[in-house]
Formats: sequence, structure tokens, C-alpha cells
Amino acid sequence: MNKPLNQLTLTEAVTGLKNREFSSQELTTACLQQLDRVDKKIHAYLAINPQAMDAAKLSDKLIATGKFPLLCGIPMAVKDNFLTKRLTTTASSNVLKNYQPHYESTVTGKLLDAGAIFLGKTNMDAWAHGSSTETSDFGPTRNPWNTDHLPGGSSGGSAAATAADACIASIGSETAGSVRQPAAWCGVTGFKPTYGRVSRYGVIAMASSTDSPGPITKTAQDAALIAGVIAGHDPYDATSSTRKIDEIHPENTDFSKLRIGLAKEYLLPQMRPEVIQLIRDAADQFRRLGADVSEISLLDPKYSIGVYTIVQRSEVSSNLARYDGFRYGFDRTNFGTEAKRRIMLGTFALSSGYYDQYYAKAQKVRTLVIEDFRRAFSQVDLVIGPTSPGPALKVGASVDQPMFGEMEDVLVEPSSIAGLTGISLPCGFVDGLPIGLQIIGPQFGESKVLSAAIAYQAATKWHYEKPSL
Amino acid sequence: MAQLANLQITPSEEKKFSQQFAETLKAVGLMDELDTAKASPTFQVTGLTNVTRPDQVDLQRMLSQTAALSQAARTHKGFFVVPRTIEDE
Repeated sequence: MNKPLNQLTLTEAVTGLKNREFSSQELTTACLQQLDRVDKKIHAYLAINPQAMDAAKLSDKLIATGKFPLLCGIPMAVKDNFLTKRLTTTASSNVLKNYQPHYESTVTGKLLDAGAIFLGKTNMDAWAHGSSTETSDFGPTRNPWNTDHLPGGSSGGSAAATAADACIASIGSETAGSVRQPAAWCGVTGFKPTYGRVSRYGVIAMASSTDSPGPITKTAQDAALIAGVIAGHDPYDATSSTRKIDEIHPENTDFSKLRIGLAKEYLLPQMRPEVIQLIRDAADQFRRLGADVSEISLLDPKYSIGVYTIVQRSEVSSNLARYDGFRYGFDRTNFGTEAKRRIMLGTFALSSGYYDQYYAKAQKVRTLVIEDFRRAFSQVDLVIGPTSPGPALKVGASVDQPMFGEMEDVLVEPSSIAGLTGISLPCGFVDGLPIGLQIIGPQFGESKVLSAAIAYQAATKWHYEKPSL
Repeated sequence: MAQLANLQITPSEEKKFSQQFAETLKAVGLMDELDTAKASPTFQVTGLTNVTRPDQVDLQRMLSQTAALSQAARTHKGFFVVPRTIEDE
């Protein structure tokens, strides 16, 4: 390999370990050294796993036997809302400062079974409430491309760590855009599986009806690899799906039969022309690959803001009611401003007299959004558009903006409330900051989305660009 | 609302939050532009209904009493100590 080991993609690292080109200890050391060098500047990690090198040593022994699982010896970063038995889990909130879980989330359990090494836990908006990672009670994460800018969120730590090569790949979670939006702002790949495709068991709940764990990686091929490990039915999550997982065969993607719709309404009037041009360039790229790309019309995404705000706040008020400070964690005076704001609005939306006006209305509009996508997917196989209205905003932009997240996530909210699958890929730069292209597929259309994403990256070089830190 | 949600807020937060709530509800109000008279609400997005599990004890999922109590602020003889919610007679 002619690049530093920490810069390897997951796919390259898996192959390299298998072919004994380097050891897991060398790979893990490279990632830890990079982490040590850059984390002072970006604050992507909340805690480092002191046992990472021991795990690497064990992985090397296992690899030497010739029989080892897929991710054996791969150093990964995990968002701090996944319960990890051996690592403190805080959801970036003072309420859970020092909280030591007694059980493992299904996702991290599957990754450990597959041989992954956790380098540490990554920063996030407290309780995943936000799209900036600056509502973390432990200080903001900064964007590796420009540390005056935000990484996005809520999985901002995972996205920044991946972009800065301070891990080989990472895990995040979405409620509405919390994987795809920070991936877009940090210039990496963020994959959101269909709701129910990946278990929510052991993920600190935000809005249970849309929470979807997903990988943040250097390439779409890497995302497919991780998705294959973490997806699947889990009896511990009643909403996890029993549907069969399709194999991904990107080499067999027949672009001459692929219909792609560019969502007209996602090219927002306030959007900078440079952003719109990059999305049109991406559409042209798919045309060159042979796809039939046409503009399609979707329900204005502004309506999804209301649905998401009400559904999410309501579920938050219910999910966060459990934090009473008696059984574990600290008491409710430790909630930050954003959590208090959301809990109260949710309490309001669910209170008698207002339920029909807000919660019931939101769930009905949600049906309209689902039907709108169903209609779109009867005309096209995939929908594309920008992931975010623009490049990463400056640190401080979210302060005292109660609708910051909703406005920045306006283009990922519709697909989230409809439970769809989607991916964000780097597709160019504006002002030296990355721009994300999103590809949305129907529920359980993961293989279609990933195949198109892998083909796009095979034809473009945006995902190879690295920030200089 | 703060009282209902068991939260304590300061007078300055009260002032700030009430202004921000108005702003949030205005954005939410956009939903009223859509006619939902014929739409039924969606509570579960992938269409699952009545998911049940066998009524069996799963030892794998059970915490020991020691583990369950290990992070509690106060315990007493194997129980959590919580504030009194019932008045004296």
C-alpha cells in the first residue's frame, strides 16, 4: 500500500489484513496516532478505548490461524448513543456522564462478533438532538475541512473521525438525516438503511418510529460491507424487519434499465447555484453511466418539517421520561437547553386538547409523504438530490436556533419519516467545503441504492479528496 | 409544560422558550395547508402489526439484581430509593 494505513478504506484494510500486507496492530497504531494528532483540533472522540491495542494483538493471533471473521482487526469508531458494555456511554449528555452499560447494543455486538475493534466513542449532539454536534454537553466537534465550521450532526463525531482518517470506518444513527447530513458536510459516505433493517436495540432512543442506525464510511463499498454485518432481524427490537436481505452485486447493475428522478423540489430556491450545479453534474454522471435521468416532482419538503418536528418532539418527551436519576444517571436538572426545549414541546403536542391539532395531523401528513414517494417509485427506481441545502455552516450557527436541525435537514426529513433507505456521497466542493449528493430508494431497496452509489464512486474521484489537518 | 415534563426552568429560560415555541409552531403550522381529511395516520412505517414474542423468560436479557442496582444514586437493602409519592395518613 502506498498510503498511510489509517487512510485505507475499509475494503482495502480488510483485503490488506487478509493478505498479511500489514497487521491489525500496525493498522490500529496508525489510527490511534492520527487520532492523537488531530483530535485536539476536531474533538471527534469523547472516549478512547484503552483496550484497543490488546484487541488488535488478539486479532493478529486470530488472523494468523487463517480462520477469522470479516471485520477482524478493523479499528472503528462508534457514536456514543450505542450501548457498549466495556465503554462508557453518555449520548453526549451530562445526565449519563460516566454511565456504564450492562449490556451491548445489537449493532455493536454484531460488529464485535465480526471482529471489529472499537477505537472509542464519538461525539454527537446531546441525545442526538440536533444537526451540528455543538449541542453536545462535552463541547462541539469541528469540521476537518475547516475547523471554523460545524461537522453537521447528530453523528458529527463519527463523520469527522472518518473524514480525518482517525478510524477506518464508523457507526452513526439517523432519526432524520443524522448519518447523511454530517457525512455530506464532512465529505464522506453516510448510509441510512430502511427503518427496521438494522436493530435499534441498545441505541439510546430518540424518536423510536424513525431511529435507524447506519455506517459512515470512506466509500459506498465500505458502507455495503458494514450494512451486511449489522442488518437483519433482531427479536429484541419488535420493529426490526424479518425481510430477506438482498445480495449487493454492483457489477451487475444494468444502468440502461435504471430510471433516476432528480427531485425538482429539492433544488431549493435559496440554494446557491454552485450547489445546484454539482447536483446537475451528478445527474449527468448517471446519464453517462447509461441511466435514464429525468426531473420528477415530489411533495414540497417543507411539509415534512412539521411532521418531523411534532413526531420527533413527541417521541422524545416520552423516551426521555425514563431519565429520572434514580436507577442510573443523574437527575433531570442535568438536561441541556435543547433537550428541555424538545421534551416540553413534545409534552405540549401530546397533551389533551392539542393531540389532534398536532400529533394526529402530523401522522396523517406522514401518510401523504409516504404515498407521494410510492407514486414517485412507480415512475423511477431511485430519487437523487442534494443532501443538505448548502455546505457546512460556521461553529455557533445553531445557538438559539430552535429549528436549526429541522431547516438544515429539510432534504432528508421526507425520506426519514417515510422509513426509506438513502445514502449521501461526496459530489464536489463549494468554498473548499464538501457537498453531498443523496440517493434515495424505496423501503428495502438497499441493494439498488448501494449499487448505484458504488457505480457513481467508480466513475468519480470526489471521495478520494482528503482534508489537510 | 415544564411541570408536566418534570423539568425545572429558570425565568429567563421561560421567556426564551415561549418565544421559540411560537416560532416552532409557526413552521409546524405549514402542515395545515395540506388536506388530510381522507388520510389515515401512519404510526408504524413498514406496516408491521401486532408483533409479539413468546411469553418466556429470556435469561440472556436479564440483569442481575447487583447489576441493576449498581448505578443507582441510592439503594436500600436491594431496592432503589426514590422520593416519597404517597402522603402520610
